[in-house]
Amino acid sequence: MADHLKKAGNKQVHPLDDMVRRDRMPHIWCPGCGIGTVFSACLTAIKSSGIDLDKVVMVSGIGCSGRAAGYTNLDSFHTTHGRAIPFATGVKLANPELKVIVFSGDGDLFAIGGNHFIHAARRNIDITVVCVNNLNYGMTGGQAAATTPEGSLTTTTPLGNPERPFNLPLLAYAAGAAYVARWTMLHIQDLTESIKEAMVKPGFAFIEALSPCPVNYGRRNKEKPLDTLTMYRDKTIIKNGASPLELDVDSRKSIILGKFVDIQKPTFFELYEKIYRPAE
Amino acid sequence: MDFWRVPLDIDAIQVPRGIVTIFEDRCKGCGYCITFCPRHVLNLASRFNVKGYHPPEVIRADDCVNCRFCEIICPEFAIYSTEASPDSPASVPCSCDTIKET
Ligand SMILES: Cc1ncc(C[n+]2csc(CCOP(=O)(O)OP(=O)(O)O)c2C)c(N)n1
Ligand code: SF4
Ligand code: SF4
Ligand code: SF4
Ligand SMILES: [Mg+2]
Repeated sequence: MADHLKKAGNKQVHPLDDMVRRDRMPHIWCPGCGIGTVFSACLTAIKSSGIDLDKVVMVSGIGCSGRAAGYTNLDSFHTTHGRAIPFATGVKLANPELKVIVFSGDGDLFAIGGNHFIHAARRNIDITVVCVNNLNYGMTGGQAAATTPEGSLTTTTPLGNPERPFNLPLLAYAAGAAYVARWTMLHIQDLTESIKEAMVKPGFAFIEALSPCPVNYGRRNKEKPLDTLTMYRDKTIIKNGASPLELDVDSRKSIILGKFVDIQKPTFFELYEKIYRPAE
Repeated sequence: MDFWRVPLDIDAIQVPRGIVTIFEDRCKGCGYCITFCPRHVLNLASRFNVKGYHPPEVIRADDCVNCRFCEIICPEFAIYSTEASPDSPASVPCSCDTIKET
Protein backbone atom coordinates (compact mmCIF):
# COMPACT_ATOMS: atom_id res chain seq x y z
CA MET A 1 0.00 0.00 0.00
CA ALA A 2 1.31 3.44 -0.89
CA ASP A 3 2.50 5.80 1.84
CA HIS A 4 -0.22 8.38 1.38
CA LEU A 5 -2.82 5.71 2.12
CA LYS A 6 -1.05 4.43 5.21
CA LYS A 7 -0.85 7.98 6.50
CA ALA A 8 -4.57 8.47 6.02
CA GLY A 9 -4.98 5.49 8.38
CA ASN A 10 -6.40 3.33 5.62
CA LYS A 11 -9.37 5.66 5.38
CA GLN A 12 -9.50 6.41 1.69
CA VAL A 13 -10.02 9.99 0.64
CA HIS A 14 -10.56 10.97 -2.99
CA PRO A 15 -9.46 14.60 -3.41
CA LEU A 16 -13.10 15.67 -3.81
CA ASP A 17 -14.66 13.49 -1.12
CA ASP A 18 -14.85 16.47 1.22
CA MET A 19 -17.07 18.31 -1.29
CA VAL A 20 -19.49 15.42 -1.79
CA ARG A 21 -22.15 13.90 0.46
CA ARG A 22 -20.67 10.43 0.49
CA ASP A 23 -23.75 9.05 2.25
CA ARG A 24 -25.78 9.91 -0.88
CA MET A 25 -23.43 7.99 -3.17
CA PRO A 26 -23.59 6.29 -5.58
CA HIS A 27 -25.36 9.05 -7.49
CA ILE A 28 -28.23 8.26 -9.86
CA TRP A 29 -26.32 9.15 -13.04
CA CYS A 30 -26.09 6.28 -15.53
CA PRO A 31 -22.81 4.69 -16.66
CA GLY A 32 -21.26 6.99 -19.26
CA CYS A 33 -23.41 9.98 -18.28
CA GLY A 34 -21.36 13.17 -18.38
CA ILE A 35 -23.14 14.98 -15.56
CA GLY A 36 -20.77 13.51 -12.94
CA THR A 37 -17.75 14.89 -14.79
CA VAL A 38 -19.27 18.39 -15.08
CA PHE A 39 -20.26 18.21 -11.40
CA SER A 40 -16.75 17.20 -10.44
CA ALA A 41 -15.29 20.06 -12.56
CA CYS A 42 -17.61 22.44 -10.73
CA LEU A 43 -16.49 21.21 -7.32
CA THR A 44 -12.83 21.49 -8.31
CA ALA A 45 -13.44 25.03 -9.59
CA ILE A 46 -15.17 26.08 -6.38
CA LYS A 47 -12.52 24.45 -4.20
CA SER A 48 -9.60 26.01 -6.07
CA SER A 49 -11.21 29.47 -6.40
CA GLY A 50 -10.18 30.35 -2.86
CA ILE A 51 -13.76 31.44 -2.06
CA ASP A 52 -14.80 30.67 1.54
CA LEU A 53 -16.82 27.46 1.14
CA ASP A 54 -19.25 28.62 3.82
CA LYS A 55 -20.19 31.44 1.47
CA VAL A 56 -20.98 29.26 -1.55
CA VAL A 57 -24.51 28.11 -2.36
CA MET A 58 -25.41 25.69 -5.13
CA VAL A 59 -28.92 25.73 -6.57
CA SER A 60 -30.42 23.20 -8.97
CA GLY A 61 -33.76 22.69 -10.64
CA ILE A 62 -35.31 19.36 -11.63
CA GLY A 63 -33.83 16.74 -13.93
CA CYS A 64 -30.86 14.38 -13.82
CA SER A 65 -28.54 17.42 -13.83
CA GLY A 66 -30.69 18.98 -11.13
CA ARG A 67 -29.70 16.23 -8.71
CA ALA A 68 -26.29 17.89 -8.28
CA ALA A 69 -27.39 20.24 -5.50
CA GLY A 70 -28.34 17.24 -3.38
CA TYR A 71 -24.93 15.64 -3.79
CA THR A 72 -22.67 18.46 -2.67
CA ASN A 73 -21.56 19.17 0.86
CA LEU A 74 -21.94 22.90 0.21
CA ASP A 75 -25.10 24.71 1.27
CA SER A 76 -27.49 23.88 -1.52
CA PHE A 77 -31.09 23.90 -2.66
CA HIS A 78 -32.89 21.53 -4.99
CA THR A 79 -35.72 23.73 -6.21
CA THR A 80 -38.80 23.06 -8.34
CA HIS A 81 -38.60 22.58 -12.10
CA GLY A 82 -37.34 25.67 -13.92
CA ARG A 83 -37.03 27.79 -10.80
CA ALA A 84 -33.34 27.47 -9.94
CA ILE A 85 -32.53 30.97 -11.24
CA PRO A 86 -35.29 32.87 -9.40
CA PHE A 87 -34.38 30.97 -6.24
CA ALA A 88 -30.69 31.80 -6.72
CA THR A 89 -31.61 35.43 -7.39
CA GLY A 90 -33.45 35.55 -4.07
CA VAL A 91 -30.51 34.02 -2.21
CA LYS A 92 -28.08 36.49 -3.76
CA LEU A 93 -30.22 39.57 -3.11
CA ALA A 94 -31.00 38.55 0.46
CA ASN A 95 -27.33 38.00 1.22
CA PRO A 96 -25.08 39.59 -1.39
CA GLU A 97 -21.99 38.18 0.35
CA LEU A 98 -22.83 34.71 -0.93
CA LYS A 99 -21.44 33.27 -4.14
CA VAL A 100 -24.34 31.55 -5.85
CA ILE A 101 -23.92 28.90 -8.52
CA VAL A 102 -26.80 27.37 -10.44
CA PHE A 103 -26.17 23.86 -11.76
CA SER A 104 -28.98 22.49 -13.90
CA GLY A 105 -30.05 20.97 -17.19
CA ASP A 106 -30.92 22.39 -20.59
CA GLY A 107 -34.60 21.52 -20.18
CA ASP A 108 -34.81 23.04 -16.73
CA LEU A 109 -32.98 26.26 -17.61
CA PHE A 110 -34.17 26.89 -21.16
CA ALA A 111 -37.60 25.33 -21.58
CA ILE A 112 -39.71 25.70 -18.44
CA GLY A 113 -37.14 28.12 -16.94
CA GLY A 114 -36.30 30.09 -20.08
CA ASN A 115 -37.89 33.35 -19.04
CA HIS A 116 -36.05 33.37 -15.73
CA PHE A 117 -32.77 32.92 -17.58
CA ILE A 118 -33.23 35.86 -19.94
CA HIS A 119 -34.36 38.21 -17.22
CA ALA A 120 -31.56 37.30 -14.81
CA ALA A 121 -29.09 37.92 -17.66
CA ARG A 122 -30.79 41.20 -18.59
CA ARG A 123 -30.63 42.42 -14.99
CA ASN A 124 -27.05 41.22 -14.64
CA ILE A 125 -27.77 39.35 -11.43
CA ASP A 126 -24.43 38.34 -9.94
CA ILE A 127 -24.76 34.54 -10.18
CA THR A 128 -23.00 31.81 -12.18
CA VAL A 129 -25.17 29.46 -14.23
CA VAL A 130 -23.72 26.12 -15.37
CA CYS A 131 -25.96 24.31 -17.84
CA VAL A 132 -25.38 20.63 -18.51
CA ASN A 133 -26.58 20.45 -22.10
CA ASN A 134 -27.30 16.84 -23.01
CA LEU A 135 -29.63 17.87 -25.84
CA ASN A 136 -32.74 16.33 -24.31
CA TYR A 137 -34.88 15.75 -21.21
CA GLY A 138 -32.85 12.91 -19.79
CA MET A 139 -34.74 12.24 -16.60
CA THR A 140 -38.20 11.86 -18.08
CA GLY A 141 -37.20 9.45 -20.85
CA GLY A 142 -35.51 11.45 -23.59
CA GLN A 143 -38.08 13.90 -24.94
CA ALA A 144 -37.06 16.67 -27.36
CA ALA A 145 -35.88 19.83 -25.63
CA ALA A 146 -35.32 23.41 -26.73
CA THR A 147 -31.70 22.37 -27.38
CA THR A 148 -32.29 19.19 -29.41
CA PRO A 149 -30.51 19.55 -32.76
CA GLU A 150 -32.57 19.61 -35.94
CA GLY A 151 -33.15 16.11 -37.25
CA SER A 152 -32.27 14.30 -34.00
CA LEU A 153 -34.32 11.35 -32.86
CA THR A 154 -36.01 11.55 -29.47
CA THR A 155 -39.07 9.89 -27.91
CA THR A 156 -41.22 12.81 -29.05
CA THR A 157 -39.57 13.22 -32.46
CA PRO A 158 -39.34 9.60 -33.65
CA LEU A 159 -38.80 10.63 -37.29
CA GLY A 160 -36.41 13.48 -36.53
CA ASN A 161 -36.68 16.84 -34.80
CA PRO A 162 -38.37 19.40 -37.07
CA GLU A 163 -37.43 22.28 -34.73
CA ARG A 164 -34.29 24.42 -34.65
CA PRO A 165 -32.52 24.46 -31.27
CA PHE A 166 -31.50 27.47 -29.23
CA ASN A 167 -27.98 28.73 -29.69
CA LEU A 168 -27.47 29.11 -25.93
CA PRO A 169 -24.41 31.39 -25.88
CA LEU A 170 -26.14 33.72 -28.37
CA LEU A 171 -29.25 33.78 -26.19
CA ALA A 172 -27.17 34.58 -23.09
CA TYR A 173 -25.22 37.28 -24.92
CA ALA A 174 -28.31 38.88 -26.43
CA ALA A 175 -30.04 38.93 -23.05
CA GLY A 176 -27.09 40.73 -21.46
CA ALA A 177 -24.83 38.18 -19.75
CA ALA A 178 -21.45 39.51 -18.60
CA TYR A 179 -19.63 36.21 -19.13
CA VAL A 180 -20.42 33.47 -21.65
CA ALA A 181 -18.48 30.29 -22.40
CA ARG A 182 -19.09 26.85 -23.85
CA TRP A 183 -17.09 23.65 -23.32
CA THR A 184 -17.78 19.94 -23.43
CA MET A 185 -17.33 17.53 -20.52
CA LEU A 186 -14.19 16.28 -22.30
CA HIS A 187 -12.59 19.77 -22.15
CA ILE A 188 -12.41 19.45 -18.40
CA GLN A 189 -9.53 21.80 -17.63
CA ASP A 190 -11.03 24.60 -19.74
CA LEU A 191 -14.46 24.00 -18.24
CA THR A 192 -13.04 24.08 -14.71
CA GLU A 193 -11.08 27.28 -15.42
CA SER A 194 -14.18 28.93 -16.89
CA ILE A 195 -16.33 28.07 -13.89
CA LYS A 196 -13.65 29.38 -11.55
CA GLU A 197 -13.27 32.60 -13.54
CA ALA A 198 -17.04 33.06 -13.65
CA MET A 199 -17.43 32.49 -9.91
CA VAL A 200 -15.02 35.25 -8.96
CA LYS A 201 -16.24 37.66 -11.63
CA PRO A 202 -19.13 39.99 -10.73
CA GLY A 203 -22.17 39.78 -12.96
CA PHE A 204 -24.30 37.17 -14.67
CA ALA A 205 -22.11 34.36 -15.99
CA PHE A 206 -23.27 31.52 -18.20
CA ILE A 207 -21.32 28.36 -18.98
CA GLU A 208 -22.71 25.70 -21.27
CA ALA A 209 -21.24 22.22 -20.80
CA LEU A 210 -22.10 19.75 -23.57
CA SER A 211 -22.47 16.33 -22.02
CA PRO A 212 -23.57 12.87 -23.19
CA CYS A 213 -26.84 11.26 -22.16
CA PRO A 214 -26.06 7.82 -23.55
CA VAL A 215 -29.16 6.17 -22.15
CA ASN A 216 -31.76 8.39 -23.76
CA TYR A 217 -30.25 10.68 -26.39
CA GLY A 218 -27.27 8.54 -27.36
CA ARG A 219 -29.15 5.30 -27.73
CA ARG A 220 -31.76 6.76 -30.10
CA ASN A 221 -29.17 8.54 -32.19
CA LYS A 222 -26.84 5.55 -32.47
CA GLU A 223 -24.12 7.18 -30.38
CA LYS A 224 -22.28 5.09 -27.82
CA PRO A 225 -20.83 7.16 -24.94
CA LEU A 226 -17.34 6.88 -26.40
CA ASP A 227 -18.65 8.00 -29.83
CA THR A 228 -19.99 11.17 -28.24
CA LEU A 229 -16.66 11.88 -26.55
CA THR A 230 -14.77 11.18 -29.77
CA MET A 231 -17.08 13.66 -31.50
CA TYR A 232 -16.30 16.21 -28.75
CA ARG A 233 -12.63 15.70 -29.53
CA ASP A 234 -12.73 15.59 -33.32
CA LYS A 235 -15.66 17.80 -34.28
CA THR A 236 -15.12 20.82 -32.05
CA ILE A 237 -13.08 23.96 -32.65
CA ILE A 238 -11.81 26.19 -29.85
CA LYS A 239 -12.32 29.79 -30.89
CA ASN A 240 -12.21 32.20 -27.98
CA GLY A 241 -13.97 35.46 -28.76
CA ALA A 242 -15.98 33.92 -31.61
CA SER A 243 -19.11 35.79 -32.62
CA PRO A 244 -22.11 34.33 -30.74
CA LEU A 245 -23.90 34.25 -34.10
CA GLU A 246 -21.81 31.31 -35.28
CA LEU A 247 -22.34 29.10 -32.23
CA ASP A 248 -25.34 27.00 -33.24
CA VAL A 249 -25.20 23.28 -32.49
CA ASP A 250 -25.77 21.46 -35.75
CA SER A 251 -24.62 17.91 -36.48
CA ARG A 252 -23.53 18.96 -39.98
CA LYS A 253 -21.01 21.46 -38.63
CA SER A 254 -18.21 21.54 -36.08
CA ILE A 255 -19.21 22.86 -32.67
CA ILE A 256 -17.38 25.99 -31.57
CA LEU A 257 -16.10 26.10 -27.98
CA GLY A 258 -14.44 28.82 -25.97
CA LYS A 259 -15.03 31.96 -23.98
CA PHE A 260 -17.14 34.35 -26.03
CA VAL A 261 -18.10 37.17 -23.69
CA ASP A 262 -16.25 38.63 -20.68
CA ILE A 263 -17.35 42.19 -19.98
CA GLN A 264 -17.59 44.43 -16.96
CA LYS A 265 -20.86 46.19 -16.21
CA PRO A 266 -22.76 47.16 -13.07
CA THR A 267 -24.74 44.37 -11.46
CA PHE A 268 -28.39 44.68 -10.49
CA PHE A 269 -27.42 44.98 -6.84
CA GLU A 270 -24.95 47.80 -7.49
CA LEU A 271 -27.53 49.81 -9.46
CA TYR A 272 -30.19 49.13 -6.87
CA GLU A 273 -27.95 50.35 -4.05
CA LYS A 274 -27.01 53.45 -6.00
CA ILE A 275 -30.58 54.47 -6.63
CA TYR A 276 -32.36 53.30 -3.50
CA ARG A 277 -29.64 53.46 -0.84
CA PRO A 278 -27.38 56.25 -2.02
CA ALA A 279 -24.46 57.06 0.29
CA GLU A 280 -25.09 60.24 2.29
CA MET B 1 6.69 7.38 -25.41
CA ASP B 2 4.87 8.35 -28.63
CA PHE B 3 7.08 11.17 -29.93
CA TRP B 4 6.96 12.14 -33.59
CA ARG B 5 10.65 12.82 -33.19
CA VAL B 6 12.89 12.25 -30.22
CA PRO B 7 13.37 15.58 -28.43
CA LEU B 8 17.00 16.70 -28.38
CA ASP B 9 16.94 17.18 -24.63
CA ILE B 10 15.17 13.94 -23.84
CA ASP B 11 17.85 12.96 -21.29
CA ALA B 12 17.49 16.22 -19.42
CA ILE B 13 13.70 16.14 -19.14
CA GLN B 14 12.35 14.85 -15.88
CA VAL B 15 9.05 13.19 -16.56
CA PRO B 16 6.81 13.22 -13.49
CA ARG B 17 5.52 9.90 -12.28
CA GLY B 18 2.18 9.19 -10.67
CA ILE B 19 0.54 6.64 -8.46
CA VAL B 20 -3.02 5.77 -9.38
CA THR B 21 -5.56 4.79 -6.75
CA ILE B 22 -8.78 3.13 -7.87
CA PHE B 23 -11.89 2.73 -5.73
CA GLU B 24 -13.00 -0.30 -7.58
CA ASP B 25 -16.50 -0.49 -6.14
CA ARG B 26 -17.37 3.11 -6.95
CA CYS B 27 -16.79 2.51 -10.67
CA LYS B 28 -19.65 2.23 -13.20
CA GLY B 29 -17.43 0.93 -15.97
CA CYS B 30 -17.75 3.77 -18.50
CA GLY B 31 -14.16 3.23 -19.60
CA TYR B 32 -13.43 6.97 -20.02
CA CYS B 33 -10.32 6.82 -17.81
CA ILE B 34 -9.00 3.90 -19.85
CA THR B 35 -9.65 5.43 -23.28
CA PHE B 36 -8.40 8.90 -22.50
CA CYS B 37 -5.29 8.09 -20.43
CA PRO B 38 -2.55 9.52 -22.63
CA ARG B 39 -0.07 6.81 -21.52
CA HIS B 40 -2.32 3.74 -21.77
CA VAL B 41 -1.71 2.95 -18.13
CA LEU B 42 -5.15 1.44 -17.55
CA ASN B 43 -7.08 -1.50 -18.89
CA LEU B 44 -10.57 -2.91 -18.36
CA ALA B 45 -10.33 -5.63 -15.69
CA SER B 46 -12.02 -8.93 -16.47
CA ARG B 47 -13.42 -9.17 -12.93
CA PHE B 48 -16.63 -7.52 -11.77
CA ASN B 49 -17.01 -5.04 -8.91
CA VAL B 50 -19.87 -5.13 -6.38
CA LYS B 51 -22.10 -3.19 -8.76
CA GLY B 52 -21.46 -5.67 -11.56
CA TYR B 53 -19.24 -3.44 -13.71
CA HIS B 54 -15.74 -4.07 -14.98
CA PRO B 55 -13.49 -1.53 -13.25
CA PRO B 56 -10.18 -0.28 -14.66
CA GLU B 57 -6.93 -1.88 -13.55
CA VAL B 58 -3.38 -0.61 -13.80
CA ILE B 59 -1.36 -2.47 -16.41
CA ARG B 60 1.56 -0.05 -16.95
CA ALA B 61 2.17 1.56 -13.57
CA ASP B 62 5.62 2.77 -14.62
CA ASP B 63 4.20 4.87 -17.45
CA CYS B 64 1.84 7.03 -15.38
CA VAL B 65 2.90 10.70 -15.62
CA ASN B 66 0.47 11.99 -12.99
CA CYS B 67 -1.45 14.10 -15.51
CA ARG B 68 -4.61 13.38 -13.46
CA PHE B 69 -6.83 13.16 -16.52
CA CYS B 70 -8.33 9.86 -15.30
CA GLU B 71 -9.19 11.61 -12.05
CA ILE B 72 -10.91 14.62 -13.58
CA ILE B 73 -12.86 12.74 -16.24
CA CYS B 74 -14.24 10.08 -13.88
CA PRO B 75 -17.93 10.82 -13.23
CA GLU B 76 -17.87 8.62 -10.10
CA PHE B 77 -14.98 9.95 -7.96
CA ALA B 78 -13.56 6.45 -8.39
CA ILE B 79 -9.96 7.09 -9.43
CA TYR B 80 -7.24 9.61 -8.69
CA SER B 81 -3.53 10.00 -8.97
CA THR B 82 -0.81 11.50 -6.80
CA GLU B 83 2.76 12.35 -7.59
CA ALA B 84 5.30 9.62 -6.89
CA SER B 85 8.13 10.80 -4.69
CA PRO B 86 10.83 12.25 -6.96
CA ASP B 87 13.61 10.39 -5.16
CA SER B 88 12.19 6.97 -5.94
CA PRO B 89 14.59 5.49 -8.50
CA ALA B 90 13.22 5.37 -12.04
CA SER B 91 13.74 1.64 -12.28
CA VAL B 92 11.40 0.87 -9.37
CA PRO B 93 7.82 0.57 -10.58
CA CYS B 94 5.32 2.89 -8.91
CA SER B 95 2.88 1.07 -6.72
CA CYS B 96 -0.78 1.41 -7.56
CA ASP B 97 -3.68 0.60 -5.32
CA THR B 98 -7.12 -0.77 -5.83
CA ILE B 99 -9.37 -0.04 -2.89
CA LYS B 100 -12.42 -1.99 -1.83
CA GLU B 101 -14.90 0.52 -0.50
CA THR B 102 -18.25 1.76 -1.69
C1 LIG C 1 -43.56 21.41 -13.24
C2 LIG C 1 -42.94 20.19 -13.79
N1 LIG C 1 -43.15 19.87 -15.08
C3 LIG C 1 -42.57 18.77 -15.61
C4 LIG C 1 -41.78 17.95 -14.85
C5 LIG C 1 -41.17 16.70 -15.44
N2 LIG C 1 -39.73 16.82 -15.66
C6 LIG C 1 -38.85 16.36 -14.77
S1 LIG C 1 -37.27 16.53 -15.27
C7 LIG C 1 -37.77 17.25 -16.73
C8 LIG C 1 -36.80 17.67 -17.79
C9 LIG C 1 -35.40 17.77 -17.34
O1 LIG C 1 -34.57 18.04 -18.42
P1 LIG C 1 -33.16 18.68 -18.23
O2 LIG C 1 -33.27 19.91 -17.41
O3 LIG C 1 -32.53 18.81 -19.57
O4 LIG C 1 -32.39 17.63 -17.30
P2 LIG C 1 -31.65 16.27 -17.67
O5 LIG C 1 -32.48 15.20 -17.04
O6 LIG C 1 -31.56 16.15 -19.14
O7 LIG C 1 -30.32 16.42 -17.02
C10 LIG C 1 -39.15 17.34 -16.80
C11 LIG C 1 -39.89 17.89 -17.95
C12 LIG C 1 -41.61 18.31 -13.48
N3 LIG C 1 -40.81 17.58 -12.66
N4 LIG C 1 -42.19 19.42 -12.99
S1 SF4 D 1 -30.88 9.52 -18.28
FE1 SF4 D 1 -29.26 10.51 -19.44
S2 SF4 D 1 -28.87 12.45 -18.36
FE2 SF4 D 1 -30.03 11.11 -16.96
S3 SF4 D 1 -28.45 10.09 -15.73
FE3 SF4 D 1 -28.94 8.73 -17.45
S4 SF4 D 1 -27.46 9.24 -19.04
FE4 SF4 D 1 -27.44 10.93 -17.55
S1 SF4 E 1 -2.64 10.17 -14.13
FE1 SF4 E 1 -2.60 10.40 -16.38
S2 SF4 E 1 -1.04 8.95 -17.04
FE2 SF4 E 1 -1.59 8.36 -14.96
S3 SF4 E 1 -3.20 6.81 -15.22
FE3 SF4 E 1 -4.22 8.78 -14.95
S4 SF4 E 1 -4.57 9.51 -17.05
FE4 SF4 E 1 -3.01 7.88 -17.17
S1 SF4 F 1 -13.86 6.81 -15.45
FE1 SF4 F 1 -14.45 6.19 -13.35
S2 SF4 F 1 -16.41 5.15 -13.60
FE2 SF4 F 1 -15.48 5.26 -15.64
S3 SF4 F 1 -14.34 3.32 -15.86
FE3 SF4 F 1 -12.90 4.83 -15.05
S4 SF4 F 1 -13.01 4.56 -12.81
FE4 SF4 F 1 -14.82 3.56 -13.67
MG1 LIG G 1 -31.10 17.73 -20.49
